[in-house]
Amino acid sequence: MKSSIPNSQFKNPVINWIDTRLPIFTAMNEAVGTEHPTPKNLNYWWNFGSLAGVTLVIMIITGIALAMNYTAHVDHAFDSVERIMRDVNGGWLIRYIHMNGASFFFIVVYIHMARSLYYGSYKAPRELLWILGVVIYLLMMATAFLGYTLPWGQMSFWGATVITNFFSVIPFVGEPIVNWLLGGYTVDNPTLNRFYALHYLLPFVIAGVILLHIVALHRFGSNNPLGIDIKSDKDMIPFHPYYTIKDFFGLSVFLAIFCVFVFFLPNFLGHPDNYVPADPLSTPAHIVPEWYLSPFYAILRAVPDKLLGVLAMFGAIGILFILPWLDRSPVRSAHYRPMYRVFYVIFIVNMLALGYLGVQNPEGIYILLGRACTAWYFIHFLVIMPLLNIIETPKALPKSVSDPIFSSGSSSLSPAASRKSK
Amino acid sequence: MKRLLLLSLFLLPFATFAAGPDVKGIKRDWGFSGPFGKYDKSSLQRGLQVYTEVCSSCHSLKYIAYRNLSDLGYNKNEIKAFASSFTVVDGPDDDGEMFERPGRPADYFVAPYANDNAARAANGGAYPPDLSLITKARGGGANYLYSLLIGYKEPPESIEVREGLHYNKYYSGNLIAMPQPLYEDGVEYADGTNATIEQMAADVTEFLAWSAEPEMEARKRTGIAAISFLLIMAVLSYIAKLQIWANVKKKQA
Repeated sequence: MKSSIPNSQFKNPVINWIDTRLPIFTAMNEAVGTEHPTPKNLNYWWNFGSLAGVTLVIMIITGIALAMNYTAHVDHAFDSVERIMRDVNGGWLIRYIHMNGASFFFIVVYIHMARSLYYGSYKAPRELLWILGVVIYLLMMATAFLGYTLPWGQMSFWGATVITNFFSVIPFVGEPIVNWLLGGYTVDNPTLNRFYALHYLLPFVIAGVILLHIVALHRFGSNNPLGIDIKSDKDMIPFHPYYTIKDFFGLSVFLAIFCVFVFFLPNFLGHPDNYVPADPLSTPAHIVPEWYLSPFYAILRAVPDKLLGVLAMFGAIGILFILPWLDRSPVRSAHYRPMYRVFYVIFIVNMLALGYLGVQNPEGIYILLGRACTAWYFIHFLVIMPLLNIIETPKALPKSVSDPIFSSGSSSLSPAASRKSK
Repeated sequence: MKRLLLLSLFLLPFATFAAGPDVKGIKRDWGFSGPFGKYDKSSLQRGLQVYTEVCSSCHSLKYIAYRNLSDLGYNKNEIKAFASSFTVVDGPDDDGEMFERPGRPADYFVAPYANDNAARAANGGAYPPDLSLITKARGGGANYLYSLLIGYKEPPESIEVREGLHYNKYYSGNLIAMPQPLYEDGVEYADGTNATIEQMAADVTEFLAWSAEPEMEARKRTGIAAISFLLIMAVLSYIAKLQIWANVKKKQA
């Protein structure tokens, strides 16, 4: 009778007893443990996925601690944040971690996305994995915007006013929709209350989508720097201990850099105006978004028409959803795509330029540059990406990750080998 | 190549805020800047004197309580005595009446005006902002505040100074509603320091920098400990990583 129970194979009898009835340890083992095979050639760019996960956990923990001391009311919000900074034990630390954590979450996710773009991780069969990632990115932008409103400083108030006004461009129902979103005719107490409720909710929605993101990831496993499918078991190593220790090392370095900002430059990434309490009667000289939304703000302002500007801004993000079908090249990794490699670098530089332009005054040469960079953003996705497959000749792909052509290090013809020797 | 990209991604936020305040101010070497920076207690005490005798006639400091002055090196009795020199409106009492009493250490700095409108009315329509956060709330921070305080000069002929405004070299637009607050020997320092305009400006700026960031010394101290810990953790985990990966690398070679 006893032998008919399918038993788990854990050494610890307690874990074994639980896992036989509720296989959570098996699930963990298959997710990030010894039973999760991973390509053995992943480089440090693959660290940023787990870093993003850790950052979300940091944000949720510090966010809940802040929520215990924050008051979502226009008359008390600013004061309650100052109370956190001055009177709550360790309050300044919790708030500075949360505040800078938002920026670092975006830094990590932008690098994670840039890695995916370079190594073609969005291509078949990982299209849904990529799309779920874009959904997470959208949710992050919404969460960050909502959170930025909560301290009720000048930039909070006017940022919320500008962004909610985007919806007024919708024909016929624009104004009613804005009033519905704000809970009134202007940004006011009902707005602050609902933004607070949603800011608390969305991180858990993000956590849910991350779960789907991981399920989709495990369907075909991680992509790798060569972008080729892994065919043999000898090219795979278990996630634990190899990538757990590598991720742990990466996390240590990341947290050290993060701490430089939290402890020594806590307000460097913020705007001084947000230490001025919100005043509906006085508009700041320049309303600028946080740096991580800045490229899209630049795109919005590049288009002279309000409706088209908003469409361009949302389109710039929306275009990411169809990227797997815009890029027709079957070769994933940019290592083997000499032309894409060049356009990739141009694209990144263009993105940085948009980010810079988004916080400058739209005057003189900046207007022209903003338009040129915006145009290039769309040309890159809509023209270059589909066209490259026709005009580009990819280099020969290695047969496997262990292919002697690059693992010996003697063949300098292979791009992977020449990279490795550096 | 990729290192460069990573670097530029990290530098993006730096580039975006490279543009500072509109007018170039004076850069001063503050003892509280830098990773090991600390406030100078005697300067903070002098700054409190300048704030109390000059600034506080128009500007509030609402996030600072008298008890916080222990950071400046005052003891309990000194703080009690200082607080009781102010009159606080409290109440309502059992009869429903508001009443006045001497200040206590737990009270927050008494504001010069009853409300914002009274402050505006007394200052020709211009609202004198609360100073608790002023060094965080202005681009340029302490340097800007210091520049502004010593920036009252003779206006150049090209600029017409309208009634109720004052020329300031470092104010955005050069015309500021606040009249020059600091004059030579405007206060008589308790410690005998020569009260030049520069000295008073530096002291009150140090004091207001503390008001904005009273946690600064603890923050930097914690930061040194946290980063040291993380760097040791990084070295150890890197050694562990090399060891664990040794057999994978061997097979690859």
